[in-house]
Amino acid sequence: MISFEAVCRMVEGIEPQELERWIHERWVLPESQPEGYVFHEIDVARVRLIVELRRDLAIGEEAMPVLLNLLDQLYAMRRRLKALADAIDALPESSRLALQALLNDDKETE
Amino acid sequence: MAQRNPYEVLGVGKDASAEDIRRAYRRLAKQHHPDLNPGNQQAEARFKEINAANDLLSDETKRARYDRGEIDESGAEKPQYAYAHYRDFAEGAPGAKYHAAEGMEPGDLDDLLAMFGRGTRAGFGGTRAASLRMPGEDYRYVLTVDFLDAVNGAKRRLALAHGKSLDVTIPAGVRDGQILRLKGQGGEGIGGGPRGDARIEIHVAPHPLFRREGDDIHLELPVTLAEASLGGKISVPTPAGDVAMTVPPHSNTGGILRLKGKGAPKPDGSRGDQYVALKVVLPEGGDPELTEFLRHWAPKHPYDPRRSMGRNSGKP
Repeated sequence: MISFEAVCRMVEGIEPQELERWIHERWVLPESQPEGYVFHEIDVARVRLIVELRRDLAIGEEAMPVLLNLLDQLYAMRRRLKALADAIDALPESSRLALQALLNDDKETE
Repeated sequence: MAQRNPYEVLGVGKDASAEDIRRAYRRLAKQHHPDLNPGNQQAEARFKEINAANDLLSDETKRARYDRGEIDESGAEKPQYAYAHYRDFAEGAPGAKYHAAEGMEPGDLDDLLAMFGRGTRAGFGGTRAASLRMPGEDYRYVLTVDFLDAVNGAKRRLALAHGKSLDVTIPAGVRDGQILRLKGQGGEGIGGGPRGDARIEIHVAPHPLFRREGDDIHLELPVTLAEASLGGKISVPTPAGDVAMTVPPHSNTGGILRLKGKGAPKPDGSRGDQYVALKVVLPEGGDPELTEFLRHWAPKHPYDPRRSMGRNSGKP
């Protein structure tokens, strides 16, 4: 469990007021506890990501939510494709081979 | 002393072959060998450096790891990054906390994944419905709950991405690590598949007084010398509030009393118990009368509390 103050210490280049705003905008979703916010590792990584996007890619406040939403879509897509890939992995070999053949077939006819 | 880049030490390029490295090492080692330079401290230091560089670069595995920046000049593990990348989490299950906005969900991948289900592989023009049904993603959250809320139950609101929130009823007796599943609160299904669920992992915060073991509650209760010796009714905190408990006469530190049914609720409706461990506490700073009494007290039945330690204890 990581506190708000700890995040401000851990992540270079962030001001408490900014983090407060990002939480308000729901860019970052710490748990809200009576004694304050509780961050998990993924939340801290996301704060770092936002800091880096701003510093290294010069993404402004206006564009940030758009970018974050696109990233969330991308990761959601990747998680779903992973689930699909796992399901395919669990298929009998004959089915996997058939699928592979079809995929290769597609490539050749393109 | 900060170590130098082993390539510089040996005076070879990054692309040097194993043979180049061996030759460079032999040449320098000969030149700086301490036995050939008696009394020359510098040569000795240099020789050590050359050896360390050779150790690293002559071992293909170590050299590759050094080149990738995984180990430092001394061969010690180097922390890659002091922190993990967002994608390390986002692609795993915890990433589902930051799911995409409604309407931009992978449910909309229907169009895309419908390809899997098309009867003909004629292209995208077909109008047949997708036959691939895939349930939506489970959204995962972690919720830390107060110790007493976990025992007594509570309602909590979880803030979700994109301005949404989720009301969570924490059932009384919930345990640390237990997962609450809210049916249908996850991502949209694909091809008419069911919605995923919200999986909320409960973390129970510790309590300064109570400790939980399964459905039982443990508490250490300080009592006075008089309460322990003479017994009596005292008030004991439980997660549901204070209750009266009778301390039997001649109680002692370590004595455990059970309050039946004062523990956490179990799924079957019954409750665990609360165990109260007594701890005799003497008055802070001593009590003049008690001290005086003990000074003149010659017990008729002397006792040795250290007897079970099996050594010559008691009197020094």
